[in-house]
Amino acid sequence: MEKNKNFEEQMAELEKIVTELEKGDLSLDESVAKFEEGIKLSKECNKVLEEAEKKITILVNQDGEVKEENFDAENNN
Amino acid sequence: MKNVSIVNKETFFHDLFYDGKGMILKMKYANMAITVSYLNQYIKEKIANDEYLNHILIKGEISNFKHHYTGHMYFTLKDEKSLVKCIMFKSYAQKLNFTPKDGMKVFILGSVSVFERDGVYQVYAQAMEEDGVGDLYAKYQELKEKLEKEGLFDETHKKPIPVMPKVIGVLTSQTGSVIKDIINVSTRRNPNVYIRLLPVAVQGEGAAEKIADGIRYMNENYLADVLILARGGGSLEDLWPFNEEIVARAIYDSEIPIISAVGHETDFSISDFVADLRAPTPSAAAELAVPDIYEVKQKILGYQNRLRISLIKKVELMQMRYEKCMASTVFKEATRKIQEQYLVVDQYIKKLENIIKTKYEKEKSNFVELTAKLDAYSPLKTLTRGYSITEKDGKIVKKVAELKSGDEILIRLADGKKNAIIRD
Repeated sequence: MEKNKNFEEQMAELEKIVTELEKGDLSLDESVAKFEEGIKLSKECNKVLEEAEKKITILVNQDGEVKEENFDAENNN
Repeated sequence: MKNVSIVNKETFFHDLFYDGKGMILKMKYANMAITVSYLNQYIKEKIANDEYLNHILIKGEISNFKHHYTGHMYFTLKDEKSLVKCIMFKSYAQKLNFTPKDGMKVFILGSVSVFERDGVYQVYAQAMEEDGVGDLYAKYQELKEKLEKEGLFDETHKKPIPVMPKVIGVLTSQTGSVIKDIINVSTRRNPNVYIRLLPVAVQGEGAAEKIADGIRYMNENYLADVLILARGGGSLEDLWPFNEEIVARAIYDSEIPIISAVGHETDFSISDFVADLRAPTPSAAAELAVPDIYEVKQKILGYQNRLRISLIKKVELMQMRYEKCMASTVFKEATRKIQEQYLVVDQYIKKLENIIKTKYEKEKSNFVELTAKLDAYSPLKTLTRGYSITEKDGKIVKKVAELKSGDEILIRLADGKKNAIIRD
């Protein structure tokens, strides 16, 4: 589950960069650098969201061994 | 109903005579006797007017319970010393969430009234609940206090729910509406959600053990980033597994943050207290666990805009400062200064030119004057008139005495010069 932890860190980092840039006391070069870093980070965050894939599964115990199968709640009753 | 008019109680009783063997009724009061039904009616009215008896909460044990084919329920309610007849009409009986049985302790909400035909007062039950619940409730309170003292409910121990969990673990029964609600709400908020259901019994014998094992299993294999523990509404007995100690401890020990959504909004089970977060309903639990992707994307978009805006502002600021510098008097001053110097230089040049010009003019006119004068006094002019200049040793001879015989002299005429020697 390592990857998702990064998402939270990335969002926090993004927030930090934005506030830093908004303070406005950076030099022009620093501002440009911060800007690029921020945009790159925001693109990564978006990528994480796009890449996720829908999965609804159920863990079933078949003769002692647990298997993960797709689960359709509608016709399961 | 006619108001019973016993003329005057005192005189009436006074006239009755009791001779140890029985009552002797003076005939004159015969017509005053009331009928049985009249008496029952009177008592019924008396009871009906007593507002306490219109709403009573009574508890006792059910005996000779009969569920009549009409749907009405007839039984008696007793305690150690006495009993009372009870009736529960079909419309109320249908709403019961348990089936009354002899020997069952119950609470009854209802009213008291007289069944005139039998001259019997009875309790007309409108609602009934198992009193056995009482002991369960006591157990619940007891366990709650014990665990609270042990610190299982401490806020400090509660883990935050991850902002963007990749896998949502769900522990509930695979049938029924709970899992459906959770799936619907989750997919609405995040079309790409990953839900991993571990089906568990949510009621009855052994359910608590299964739930506790389920939580441990999900932790051991780290199969989720957040766990939802959910079940629909029910009686305290139905929800009981979620009040068991082993489930409470399994929740407490879980590394994965747990959202508990057990029973109705108003039900508070012990798992709700131990969990990292309590949700009033399963759907609410899904909302707390699954971030709304649209909102997250908007948030990212917001950040991007703020980045752009602040950079643009920065550049504009820099530009302004640059222009301000350029516009500042210091620079203008400098350029103006330079221009001024140019002017000054120009002026000097002009002046020089003038001076030179005038000087030149003056000189020229002097020159002309002088040459004119020169011409005027010019020996050459006199020479042209036939005069000559005599020079000896380069000096003009003005007197004869200056010459002696043999001296070499130079005679300059208008058109040239000759050498000569003095003879005498």
